Amino acid sequence: MTATIPVPADSSPPPVDGVSITVDGVPMTVPKGTMIIRAAEQIGVEVPRFCDHPLLDPVAACRMCLVEIEGQGKPQPACAVAASEGMSVKTQRTSEMAELAQRGVMEFLLINHPLDCPVCDKGGECPLQNQAMEHGRSESRFDLEKRHFDKPINLSAQILLDRERCVSCARCTRFSEQIAGDPLIELFERGSKQQVGIAEDRPFDSYFSGNTVQVCPVGALTSSQYRFRSRPFDLVSVPTVCEHCSSGCGLRTDVRRSTVLRRLAWDTPEVNEEWNCDKGRFAFAHAATPEFDTPLVRGDDGILHAATWPEALERVAEGLADARGRSAVLTGGRLTLEDSLAYSKFARAVLGTDDVDFRARPHSTEEADFLASVVAGSGLGVTYDQLENAPVVVLAGLDPEEESPIVFLRLRKAARKRQLPIASIAAWATPGLGKMFGTLLPTAPGAEGEALSALARGGDTLGSDGRRIAALLNEPGAVILVGERLATCTGALSAAAALAHTTGARLAWIPRRAGERGAVEAGLLPGLLPGGRSLADAQSRAEVAAAWGVSVDDLPTKVGREVDAIVEAARAGAYNALVVAGVDPFDTRRPDDVIAALEAVPFLVSIEVRPSAVTEFADVVLPVSTITQRAGTFVDWEGRTRVFGQVFRTSLALTDARVLAMIADELDRPVGRQDVAGMRKEAAALAPSGSGRREVPSVAASSVSASSGQAVVSTWHHLLDEGTLQRGDDDLAATARTAVARVSAATARAAGLTDFVTLSTDAGSLDLPVVVTDMPDGVVWLPTNSHNSNVRRVLGVDHGAIVSLASGGGA
Amino acid sequence: MATPLTPILTAHWDDPDSFTIDGYSRHGGYDALPKALAMEPDAVIGLVKDTGLRGRGGAGFPTGLKWSFVPQNDGKPHYLVVNADESEPGACKDMPLLMANPHALVEGIIITCYAIRARHAFIYVRGEVPHAIRRVAAAVREAYQAGHIGTNIHGSGFDLDVVVHSGAGAYICGEETALLDSLEGRRGQPRLKPPFPAVAGLYASPTVVNNVETISNIPYIIRNGVDWFRQFGTEKSPGFKLFSVSGHVRSPGVYEAPLGITMRELIDYAGGMREGSELKFWVPGGSSVPMLTAEHLDLPMTYEAMAEAGTMLGTATPMVFDQTVSVVKTVTRWLEFYKHESCGKCTPCREGTSWMTGLLETFEAGHGQESDLQIIDDICHQIAGRSFCALGDAAATPFPGAMKYFRDEFVAGTHTSADDAFNPVASTVLAGASTR
Ligand SMILES: Cc1cc2nc3c(=O)[nH]c(=O)nc-3n(C[C@H](O)[C@H](O)[C@H](O)COP(=O)(O)O)c2cc1C
Ligand code: SF4
Ligand code: SF4
Ligand code: SF4
Ligand code: FES
Repeated sequence: MTATIPVPADSSPPPVDGVSITVDGVPMTVPKGTMIIRAAEQIGVEVPRFCDHPLLDPVAACRMCLVEIEGQGKPQPACAVAASEGMSVKTQRTSEMAELAQRGVMEFLLINHPLDCPVCDKGGECPLQNQAMEHGRSESRFDLEKRHFDKPINLSAQILLDRERCVSCARCTRFSEQIAGDPLIELFERGSKQQVGIAEDRPFDSYFSGNTVQVCPVGALTSSQYRFRSRPFDLVSVPTVCEHCSSGCGLRTDVRRSTVLRRLAWDTPEVNEEWNCDKGRFAFAHAATPEFDTPLVRGDDGILHAATWPEALERVAEGLADARGRSAVLTGGRLTLEDSLAYSKFARAVLGTDDVDFRARPHSTEEADFLASVVAGSGLGVTYDQLENAPVVVLAGLDPEEESPIVFLRLRKAARKRQLPIASIAAWATPGLGKMFGTLLPTAPGAEGEALSALARGGDTLGSDGRRIAALLNEPGAVILVGERLATCTGALSAAAALAHTTGARLAWIPRRAGERGAVEAGLLPGLLPGGRSLADAQSRAEVAAAWGVSVDDLPTKVGREVDAIVEAARAGAYNALVVAGVDPFDTRRPDDVIAALEAVPFLVSIEVRPSAVTEFADVVLPVSTITQRAGTFVDWEGRTRVFGQVFRTSLALTDARVLAMIADELDRPVGRQDVAGMRKEAAALAPSGSGRREVPSVAASSVSASSGQAVVSTWHHLLDEGTLQRGDDDLAATARTAVARVSAATARAAGLTDFVTLSTDAGSLDLPVVVTDMPDGVVWLPTNSHNSNVRRVLGVDHGAIVSLASGGGA
Repeated sequence: MATPLTPILTAHWDDPDSFTIDGYSRHGGYDALPKALAMEPDAVIGLVKDTGLRGRGGAGFPTGLKWSFVPQNDGKPHYLVVNADESEPGACKDMPLLMANPHALVEGIIITCYAIRARHAFIYVRGEVPHAIRRVAAAVREAYQAGHIGTNIHGSGFDLDVVVHSGAGAYICGEETALLDSLEGRRGQPRLKPPFPAVAGLYASPTVVNNVETISNIPYIIRNGVDWFRQFGTEKSPGFKLFSVSGHVRSPGVYEAPLGITMRELIDYAGGMREGSELKFWVPGGSSVPMLTAEHLDLPMTYEAMAEAGTMLGTATPMVFDQTVSVVKTVTRWLEFYKHESCGKCTPCREGTSWMTGLLETFEAGHGQESDLQIIDDICHQIAGRSFCALGDAAATPFPGAMKYFRDEFVAGTHTSADDAFNPVASTVLAGASTR
């Protein structure tokens, strides 16, 4: 599979000391420190195991993996003994000692096990079942009464525990403590009463809780979502890629009779290793909510009526007939690379407009310039692996735990295993930063650019932490990660680029949504063509026209408008038509203005999966396939192409690209069939050639300050919030963090805040509980789109804006 | 000629103020401290190494050698942790020592910390003995007041703080790594080794864990020297030892004698078997070591001789049982203890102890199935050498030992309950045969 990503990462592993050992008589050399269980795997010998997990610290608790090591009188746990020079290991295949030890342990594991396989979710994919078949006895010698527990208990709204099935392997507890940094579950009690549990009133509300269900080697942990829903042997599994964020997780989607029943993290060592987040795992109801059955066309009665495809396309063709050069295309951040490329081409070659922008969220021209110059066409840049091995990582306007959870896990891993120094330029030290053992460089919203510039000057103004981090940034392999909200911090992205330039650090942009990086690569920004090419550059235009098979004269030459300007222009009557795909007006900074624009435009085409806020104003609605009905590619934040297959292979629903091809045909400006294979070929043809790169922006930093009774808003999204794609997953939503407003003690005092605060703008007000937090004065933080905290929809503002504070009355 | 008792740690236990700093100092207490402070720390380690002192906590590991494993100049804090968790069934030597002579421990701690370059010591006392905790805490307080602990001790430039910490009542917290977890505020479960505590122990820093009695030996060793110490005991088991003799003897209690004394002599010192009583079986070092019978009474109580006899010296806390005792019941009680105390971390001990106990209880109740004896034996073999820590091994010990000598009693458990076969009252002090 190909796409616009040509640059291979430098991944030659450093040389390691080897030790020579034999396993079952087979000689081998393994890197020093390799556990015997891993070495045995290399010759295809599977030593049975329960507590062992290659990504968790060994505990050697279950004792299932006992093997014989020559010269040692007792069998040793293969999962916890590192190979040493000359060691001769005999597994169950060649050693009676090992074989007997394993059989003994298996017998013990089964005496109290309920063996309720016929009603257990794990049945059919259960390591205990499988290994009992291989290493257990066929009849039990145990005829005392088995251990009983009440079943099940809720560890959280989503995670349930059947304690009598638990084999006390501590995988779940080690995952939570070591990998996620959320030690909310622990083993309690002693001896055979030992059990997993939570503290009173502290449910297992970890963003990563679902991984414990997956690593549990028995059916002790289940999710309320999948419990009792299916048997593994009735499922069809398809490798997929998560559509939620730009982390790029490889997933496995399990389907039974046209219904997605479950999603699991898929082993993807270079990206998500073996983990994912609960949003990616559990939030898939969105793909199953009712879709449009047919195209819809608005009749003279002002009502949308079901229509056939030919009718609808004809109507679209009429509406777009006089729209060449007088139209705009707005897309959301959720499109696949293939679809983004199709919109990019459709706007330029078919509608002859450069008024195209994927940023249905707060944005700026500086950001567009940054994306076009630094991100677009840069190929595979900073990788997860490089993050893990960096000398320092600076986070600017990014809370990875909330915004890109796998980046968070990787950074935490590096911080935990090799003390990777991490610094965050943000208003307060979030729980995620604490779990990464990171340092806060306290920064008020709007002052991010200044903080980045200060680092470039040696960090003196940021105190001793600043100096330490600034020095580390000069070391080879240092990384700066910038998040989505820097878009609206004037001068911040320019300063980040300049910092990277002066220090030699590598710079990566981590958007929140899965489709954003692909949209940048596809050129869904005014003035930007696919592969980082510039619309203003003649050679770029020629290359793109050739790849698209159109005349270069069909392409616009005038650089177009950005989302906010498009909205303004639409309201001012500058367009005859608007094509909108995957946009939620409430994700934008001023939802009211967007809705006014949709209302104002003479002809509105909505290309959508299911009804949305745009539907109400659309003249024609063209339905497209859900994420499970299509194949495609996401480009993750690294610039890595993440190709996925179609889950429902019999689906007849069309992709955006196919629909656009049909419109183009109808308009007599054919662009080809635009099926997935075709679009991938096109993507390959549009690989960056290096021509026409835009200048890196150099906008001066400016900062905002609030007068008394006011505060500057600092805001970003909680991972689990009121996002559209999370609808319909109530148990997941119940594990979300509660929205609170954070202010410093001085700010709280100055505004007379006690328990609640009312935040208001001319657009509306929010009432939230106050949490006094160590942060700059005159700043208020709140989550962007959580229950009771919808900053854009209700307040009509975003990060860096000014709001009024007053003591609140409670909810 | 009978081996003489050697009252050293116990010499002044009958002084009314043996536990006070005055009582201790009156007999040369705290004289070892200046002597040690005048030596190079490594010389102190070397001296203890030369004595051949072996740890008194059960495993008998050479103490000086353990100290020498602590990396020096590593830039990390070092810690001494004194293991006063004494919970082994039958063991009752550390608690009396803490009650009667706590300053020997405190002085030992100061010297040990000086030797291993530790600035912090912790005394981890089992939670069930508030009286002992109060007493050690008082001794530590007195030592602070006397300037033996604190900053710049006696002008030596050496600083030390000593903390008395109370456990919460778990046998497993006597296992040194579980103890460290407990001390750090976690749930006490043994840690994976390596790393060993001497390299990464308390708060991941080099830590020496020693038994109360081990450390209490140190002042006497510093005062009197290597040759003095080595005149007691044998080449491989040098020194003297607290033997806490319990069970059906006339005067159960702590007897301090050179290693190598025989059980027969110890029983004699304890006033002999109680009236009308005949030795049935005994264990040399708590419930965790295999039992012996009358034929073993003349073996020297040393690490090496006990190992040769197929058992272990352990904590040298012998329990003596006479003919009134049901072996089935004794073994069942012990197993109930191990089942209750199993920490639950590893499968063999967690599952094996509860299964075995369940089966043993059927024999005690007189309705065991003979074929289950084989299963219990299998369970023991499935635990021994396969569990995570030595508690599992200990739990697998009593049954095979008992079967070696008393199989018939277990077979009788298929039809007769232990209480029917052995009148439970007969084995108690309430029976006509008084122990005193
Ligand atoms: C289950 C278990 C319980 C133990 N309990 C004690 C104890 O109460 N006191 C003690 O000193 N050692 C105990 N030990 C031994 C310690 O792990 C350790 O070996 C000892 O404290 C070292 O001190 P020493 O070298 O001075 O003997 C126990 C070991 C195990 C496995
Ligand atoms: S719940 Fe599952 S993963 Fe957790 S300890 Fe039990 S068996 Fe292991
Ligand atoms: S981290 Fe992002 S990509 Fe991965 S599962 Fe979660 S939402 Fe999906
Ligand atoms: S043997 Fe295993 S279960 Fe038993 S106490 Fe040790 S670690 Fe815990
Ligand atoms: S897999 Fe090795 S002890 Fe559990």
